[in-house]
Amino acid sequence: MKSLLTFPKGGTHPPEFKAQTQECGIEVMPVPDELELILGQHIGAPCEPTVSKREEVVEAGTIGEVKRGLGVPLHAPVAGKIKSIGVSAHPMRVSSPSVTIAVDHEAEAKKYEKQDWQSFDASELLAKVHDAGIIGVGGAGFPTHVKLKPPPNSPVDSLLLNGAECEPYITSDHRQMLEHGYEIVEGAKIILKILGINECHIGIENNKPDAIKKMTELAEQQSDGNCTLNVQALQVKYPQGSEKQLIQAITGRKVPAMALPAAVGVVVHNVSTAKAIYDAVVYSKPLYEKVVTIAGKGIARPANLQVKVGTKIKDIVEYLGGTQAGLAKIIMGGPMMGFAVSSLDIPVTKTTSAILFLSEDEIDTKPHSQCIRCGWCLEACPMGLEPKEIGIYVEANMAEDTEPFGVFDCFECGSCAYVCPAKRPLVQFIRLAKMKAKRPQ
Amino acid sequence: MSKQQESDGQATAMGGLWKVSISPHLKSSESVEKIMWTVVACLVPPLILSVFVFGIQTLFITAVSVVSCVVVEAISQKTLGRKVTIKDGSAVLTGLLLAFVIPPGVSPLLPILAAVFAIYIGKHLLGGIGYNFFNPALLGRAFLLASFPVAMTSAWLSPVEGFGIFSYLGTSIDAVSTATPLAVMKEQGMVAFTNMFGSGASLYTSFFMGWRPGCIGETSGFLLLLGGLYLLYRGYITWHIPVSILGTIAFLSWVVGGETYFTGDPLLAILSGGALLGSFYMATDYVTSPSNKTGQLVFGICIGALTVLIRIKGGYPEGICYAILLMNPLSTVFDTWFKPKRFAPPVGGAK
Repeated sequence: MKSLLTFPKGGTHPPEFKAQTQECGIEVMPVPDELELILGQHIGAPCEPTVSKREEVVEAGTIGEVKRGLGVPLHAPVAGKIKSIGVSAHPMRVSSPSVTIAVDHEAEAKKYEKQDWQSFDASELLAKVHDAGIIGVGGAGFPTHVKLKPPPNSPVDSLLLNGAECEPYITSDHRQMLEHGYEIVEGAKIILKILGINECHIGIENNKPDAIKKMTELAEQQSDGNCTLNVQALQVKYPQGSEKQLIQAITGRKVPAMALPAAVGVVVHNVSTAKAIYDAVVYSKPLYEKVVTIAGKGIARPANLQVKVGTKIKDIVEYLGGTQAGLAKIIMGGPMMGFAVSSLDIPVTKTTSAILFLSEDEIDTKPHSQCIRCGWCLEACPMGLEPKEIGIYVEANMAEDTEPFGVFDCFECGSCAYVCPAKRPLVQFIRLAKMKAKRPQ
Repeated sequence: MSKQQESDGQATAMGGLWKVSISPHLKSSESVEKIMWTVVACLVPPLILSVFVFGIQTLFITAVSVVSCVVVEAISQKTLGRKVTIKDGSAVLTGLLLAFVIPPGVSPLLPILAAVFAIYIGKHLLGGIGYNFFNPALLGRAFLLASFPVAMTSAWLSPVEGFGIFSYLGTSIDAVSTATPLAVMKEQGMVAFTNMFGSGASLYTSFFMGWRPGCIGETSGFLLLLGGLYLLYRGYITWHIPVSILGTIAFLSWVVGGETYFTGDPLLAILSGGALLGSFYMATDYVTSPSNKTGQLVFGICIGALTVLIRIKGGYPEGICYAILLMNPLSTVFDTWFKPKRFAPPVGGAK
């Protein structure tokens, strides 16, 4: 047996809580009466609407485009009429411009024809990825076509597919691998063709043995003279799904601070992004559906739902039979890095991978106390930073001086705050420090 | 409380429905209280044994010490306008450790005075838990040693006969006091030491099991080691500090601790003079030791070396108390010298 790979420094083992939904097959949720599409789905400039109020739209029709800067178009997930162009609540940015579509339930679902992707060349494939509005659906939301066009002199030689899914509770990528493994592997081959390379590693944590088995079989079948695909079983350790940690676990390479993975010859995509690329290329289907894990003790029926982008949390709650007594916190994303929301009116975006309804006993509400300098955060930090010092500095109103402790290298995985016995809100301190600290020149 | 809640970001959502806060939303089940009370629990077996070694008054002295530490902590925090945190167990632990490092025959007034000095001046005036740069229990002992040198160096008791745990009650301390093994060795030489405590395997056994004069915390090496190993198993302490201290003491004692070079007794050196208590329970105090593992190793080696230096050249036979206190304030300095290794610097070097 091959020993399991992982990243060497730091990390934690939060309880997994995946049993609740890992057996729940992907279930298509009926389209609600209204969808609200946030125009700023991704990192970079938000889309500008290309439709106007009361205009009729068809399924997969473009409703928003980025005029300047980094970005991808936005598509209507259903046929319907533009009800309003306004402002929506947003899980991370408080509010964002949005387009609301009144769904036409009479319209027939769009039919897509299968095409042979081998006939397209790399630039055609890349254009299709852009036109389908694909962004990294794992969470960061970086426009995918940009990642597929690394800077010209970078020595890219391998593609990593991220199937680690290290956040507790979430099983949407797990289900995608089990149910759409073929599409993911084909998607990987499309990416290899775009990048002009032939080596792909699919990293999956060892708590998903069925997905490892299935993907290994598919990878072996699909490997040919042009490309080699293989599955790497990884030790279960948070934050394995972080780009830098995954690259180190699988290839042993370290991405320097403030550099892109391409600098060490690697391009990383989420397994679900590979599935979206497959749909975009083979069916010319834009990205407007998302598989979302709905879990936690606060929801009547946990599930893995395939929903239209723009579906509001309240419609999902209604579909799943309401919330349970004792619901204390609603989180978009995983419990380690996700965002707590204060309203059920927030819509699902392309990057939403989970909505968690957590009860009082599932979350931590203890007040924090003074730092006892135990140093557990130093051990937990995968980046070798000093969270305790940053916290002490921020509390002493010295946030400007926290750069030497590595505040700008922090990607806010939350490992430090998870292990802290004094329950200190270290990620919150670090976010504050990032705003106030002086950047290195 | 409301201020605390705000700073935790645990404000309640509109309509009083849900909580919102910055990630992560999960926290591990470990807490400061759990750590402190576990360490306290690890110190209970040696305390119980001490009752059978020195009699019931060890329990009395310990109770006085613990209660006064807790009371002083509560009063200090109240008067300084801070949140009273006596439930976190850190004052109880300080009280327990303080009782473990003073002679069992002293007047109960001494631990009370030490508690005031250690907790109020040594801990809360410096900012409270996390900001004190000396180990409070050892600071209390040092204060007593400076203020009551006679009592602190003579009120040692010989182990009681059989199960006569009440035999010292009502007797004057002067009548029964004896000297600690290292004091005998230092002041009267090896021959007197061997006459008094034996030699070879029986010496090691009696020292390891705790049947010899000393303070509560230095008698039972076996039970202290057991508790220390449990703390290691739980991950509350790591091997770096205890191993580097004990290793250094053993090595240097072997080299320079005997009549001639390389004839010292390393095993005796670590079984006596509170080396086990100091290395597992005192020097590993989070607040007053470095956080980085490399820093901890250097810290431990320095403590070990200072201990041997004090034992051989200094005025005190035990040494580890002052060795730790001397190194405590350097912990933060060590943390700035020995930093964790960053994941990867930017291309072209840092900055």
